[in-house]
Amino acid sequence: MRFDPKLVRGDVPLLNRVINGRPITYLDSGASSLTPRPVIEAMDRYYQHHHANVHRGVYQTANEATAIYEGAREATARFLNAPGGSPEIVFTKNATESFNLLARSWGATFLGPGDVVLVSEMEHHANIVPWFQLRETHGVEVRFIPVGDDFRLDLSRVEEAMAGVKLVSVTAMSNVLGTINPVRALADLAHAHGALIAIDGAQSVAHLRTDLVDLDVDFLAFSAHKMLGPTGLGVFWAREELLRAMPPFLGGGGMIKDVSTDGFTPATGPSKFEAGTPPIAQAAGFAAALRYLDGLGMDNVAAHEHDLTVDALTRLATTFDGRVRVIGPDNGVERGGVISLDVEGVHPHDVAQVLDQFGVCVRPGHHCAKPLMKRFGLAATARASFGPYSLTSDTDVLLEALTHAVEMFA
Amino acid sequence: MANLDDLYREIILDHYRSPRNRGELAPPAHRTEGFNPLCGDEIVLYALVENGVLLDIKLTGHGCSISQSSSSLMSAAVKGKSLDDVRETIATFKALMTTPEHTPGDDEQAVSDANLRRLGELAALAGVVKFPVRIKCATLAWNTLAQALDEIDA
Repeated sequence: MRFDPKLVRGDVPLLNRVINGRPITYLDSGASSLTPRPVIEAMDRYYQHHHANVHRGVYQTANEATAIYEGAREATARFLNAPGGSPEIVFTKNATESFNLLARSWGATFLGPGDVVLVSEMEHHANIVPWFQLRETHGVEVRFIPVGDDFRLDLSRVEEAMAGVKLVSVTAMSNVLGTINPVRALADLAHAHGALIAIDGAQSVAHLRTDLVDLDVDFLAFSAHKMLGPTGLGVFWAREELLRAMPPFLGGGGMIKDVSTDGFTPATGPSKFEAGTPPIAQAAGFAAALRYLDGLGMDNVAAHEHDLTVDALTRLATTFDGRVRVIGPDNGVERGGVISLDVEGVHPHDVAQVLDQFGVCVRPGHHCAKPLMKRFGLAATARASFGPYSLTSDTDVLLEALTHAVEMFA
Repeated sequence: MANLDDLYREIILDHYRSPRNRGELAPPAHRTEGFNPLCGDEIVLYALVENGVLLDIKLTGHGCSISQSSSSLMSAAVKGKSLDDVRETIATFKALMTTPEHTPGDDEQAVSDANLRRLGELAALAGVVKFPVRIKCATLAWNTLAQALDEIDA
């Protein structure tokens, strides 16, 4: 059964803010989602009642903190239906660090000159720059799947592009276009060519149901703060046998089995990749965010945001007489609730500035996807994006403010 | 509360819609690129200097209304002036962009009024300081011009 988004809204304290005399209209969930009260309370509870460092503690609160932290790992594995359970979940700082872990640990160990990493033109810089860095240090080739004029991956020549590919690394949902990519088909393609596949789930995990058994991928990266969780926590998931073969990424406490004056032996399991004190409070908050999303149901979240997107795209197409162009797939195809706008004659920074006067939060810029911007001949877009707490009334205010922006610069 | 009208004065919108001194100059005019990596704004500035006078200036590029109108207003303000005058205008404008928001005393007000008068149409950009993230937009052309003058001197 669908949830009532007004109740979700009631759970998010930040939505009580008044900006420039107007109630806030938050349309930047693609950059960071707002935090519901149960998530804030879970972190608060940790600090007020259970704060201690994790692992190796003997006293009671240390055991509680460890249980909270490891409980979040188990909750994450369940949320993703990870085939190997919690030993496959590594907590990082954010999705970007997860990609760096993948490139520096797995990439640097298993890739060399002549090996190809196949990414796409619609990737976030987090899934491009680490591979360029690996090109500098290890001589790998970075190849790009082009994006078609329909804002979807052009897979017409992907079979030829697979020569030499050891890893396909693509986003499940574009943070600029909203395009949802065919992850399962890409996984089958990669595996048929003896390659592995990594998925950027920063957008998709927050807005669609993710089932790792169904998707049959090998690596997944995403961030907690885009899915109602706190900042400072990311997830790196990999199949257990792959994690076992990967050397540690960062060195220090917590990631070792043994250290002597002669050297060290790394820990086994996900701890191997979690050097130093991990983000414990954030893990407590993230577990609460997963519980909250489970309560809503990810299929319901996806359906709710789909309805909002269809409504917004329809109204954008009919309101502005062609002066506001959506940079992303049309209505009628499966796409996420990310709407990039190009307003004729108005720079995205000016669009966002005028919208701010109405309390509307949208993001202007290249969205860390400069190759994609270049592909469509744009320097920037103004991007609106929905979350579970968004309502069609948010779109009403967006359209009102956009109308003002269009008139002002006409 | 900063008002949108403080930022988007009519003069600014006019210079954005119809930028002055738009285009390129052939050598021996000096060419300098300016770049705001944060928002992707780019300008290319051409300066023709002879006998200590900025004889001609032209600009191309793309960016928001603030960066583009600031380029246009700047070009109109400095064209044909001596390099000393140009440098003084740059300094006055940059001071305008760094003035912290506060209620000035009478003396200060007199000084800043004199400055604003000296700046003429450029004073339309004074409201930008109320929007700190946009200051970089307004100063892009000016920093590029300062760089161009340094390069010409070198």
